Amino acid sequence: MPIDKFVTVQTSFVPMPIENVDTDQIIPARFLKATTKDGFGDNLFYDWRYEKDGSPKADFVLNNPAYSGTVLVAGKNFGSGSSREHAAWAIAGYGFKAVVSSFFADIFRGNSLNNGVLPVQVSEAFLAGLFKAVDADNKAEVKIDLENQTITNVSTGESEGFEINSYKKNCLMNGYDDIDYLLSLSEEIEAYEAQAVKF
Amino acid sequence: MGKTLFDKIWDSHVVKTIDDGPNVLYIDRHFIHEVTSPQAFGGIKARGGKVARPSQVIATPDHNIPTVNQHLTIQDELSRHQVETLKKNCEENGITMYGLNHPYNGIVHVVGPELGITQPGMTIVCGDSHTSTHGAFGSIAFGIGTSEVEMALATQCIMQPKPKSMRINIEGELGKGVTSKDIILYIISKLSTGGGTGYFVEFAGSAIRSLSMEARMTVCNMSIEMGARGGMIAPDETTFEYIKGREQAPKGEAWDKAVAYWKSLVTDADAKFDKELTFDGADIEPMITYGTNPGMGAKVCENIPTLESIEDSSQGSFQKSMEYMGFAAGDKLEGKQVDYVFVGSCTNGRIEDLRAFCEAVKGKQKAESVTAWIVPGSKQVEKQAIEEGLKEQLEAAGFELRQPGCSACLAMNDDKIPAGKYAVATSNRNFEGRQGPGSRTMLASPLTAAAAAVTGVVTDPRTIFNL
Ligand code: SF4
Repeated sequence: MPIDKFVTVQTSFVPMPIENVDTDQIIPARFLKATTKDGFGDNLFYDWRYEKDGSPKADFVLNNPAYSGTVLVAGKNFGSGSSREHAAWAIAGYGFKAVVSSFFADIFRGNSLNNGVLPVQVSEAFLAGLFKAVDADNKAEVKIDLENQTITNVSTGESEGFEINSYKKNCLMNGYDDIDYLLSLSEEIEAYEAQAVKF
Repeated sequence: MGKTLFDKIWDSHVVKTIDDGPNVLYIDRHFIHEVTSPQAFGGIKARGGKVARPSQVIATPDHNIPTVNQHLTIQDELSRHQVETLKKNCEENGITMYGLNHPYNGIVHVVGPELGITQPGMTIVCGDSHTSTHGAFGSIAFGIGTSEVEMALATQCIMQPKPKSMRINIEGELGKGVTSKDIILYIISKLSTGGGTGYFVEFAGSAIRSLSMEARMTVCNMSIEMGARGGMIAPDETTFEYIKGREQAPKGEAWDKAVAYWKSLVTDADAKFDKELTFDGADIEPMITYGTNPGMGAKVCENIPTLESIEDSSQGSFQKSMEYMGFAAGDKLEGKQVDYVFVGSCTNGRIEDLRAFCEAVKGKQKAESVTAWIVPGSKQVEKQAIEEGLKEQLEAAGFELRQPGCSACLAMNDDKIPAGKYAVATSNRNFEGRQGPGSRTMLASPLTAAAAAVTGVVTDPRTIFNL
């Protein structure tokens, strides 16, 4: 299934200056009972976002109309915890195209890439700059250019490069997915099996 | 230069290397469960494909299932649908499934080892981060997302960048009352939840070598809690002894051949790691967590850190965590109220864990104020617990042995800790709401859980048990 192609985005962003945001917060386990990938965006950050009776918590950033945009900017070590890809589906389903943080958990990074959501790892200083900019102006913008692998704090003009391997970059820019690629390797896989250790 | 244990296994499983990209890695065994597989089967169907190597895939429902009345149908409609979907997908694709009530049903990471499916030198994946458990056998085992579950089902391969290597040595003897759970909670408290990110860890050293197979599994299980891709321990006589004779272990001539190969799976003396750490086993004491991530752990006999001891940039997150837990920085841990005790999960739900708990509470009684859930990791563990008389011992001390499953580890079934209540749990995650919305979790070993269960407060097990 092709994923959405990633094009350069320039957008206001949603700030979440909390460290160690784990996948149980992104999507609590009780929402993992679905058998399709649909509808997870509605439950993104559910326990932070809603009261017990289902009414929105006014002080949570996603419920604050002052903040908007298709990029989530979060504190260090985002996405730790379980391997649930539901976390990436929830983020993609909500409409985020990229998540910016100074550090990502490994499995989350892979899962987001497989769903066309770009994890952008920046320096602590750059991250602090983004939080400062959005403090001063709710509608401060960030620009992410995948082709040139740069991210810009539009308010200050400050730019930084970010890393992504060229294989994944190519996949995201063209909307390719890994499964199609692996399926094309069936001969190599059989050749591997023929020589593998067996007892 | 020599090779690490990890390199030897990884390199022998690379089907193809992509320049400035991931490796195409061949997968020997693929475990699946009901929660992270339905969308993967859906994807395969949508492409018109099929499961490539069904004989290398093993299924068991565990996350969603009730731990009482398993002979009845699952009451929760969504859970039942997920479990039935797994069954249907397995039937359609010729995959072996140990369903509910099957004598081999249980938590996927308990089932694999006890059936001898998990063996040294293998690559093993599962759509579950605690797949790292299987690394205790000297295999490369790690959790994957559902897109990768689909890749593994469709092609028996996944795409993975090769992680960096780390070795953590624990040397010397462990003190009384110190278990492998304390070792790993100690390591995570030193490294933080991101300290292992990007690495695959080999655990080594005399204290690790001295551990039983089950205790080793507890250590590798929680590698993910320090952010590591996985953890592993080189196979040795303890490993071979454990595997020998198990249902899917190699037999006869194949066994001898296997052991000869497994013996080659050690890190060469001149191999280099990207990072190497050594801890003294004597510094480790019974541990417990006080916060909302597994890195927030301390010795049971210590206090919660003071705010001043926390880095400036992390103080906000620390305070948020303290508020959630209803604790204050600097508080003494011993004596904190405990409402629930949960013994179980893929971390500490095996027979040795139940034995340790039973032995500790023998002759004592569960505190009236405590609700305790003792949940075996699998049907086989349950059976053994009954045969060994542990069930009776537990009942005599006021406890009840439930039926196997993930249970309160992630509270997808009815086993939820109520909001605001404190649980001492032998599982692996203390995130906000992990054990039910508003639940407050303190992670510890089965021994420390036993001490809390009989006193109703956080208690250093060394102070009340004859260890
Ligand atoms: S017991 Fe907990 S950690 Fe282990 S597989 Fe089940 S839910 Fe995951």
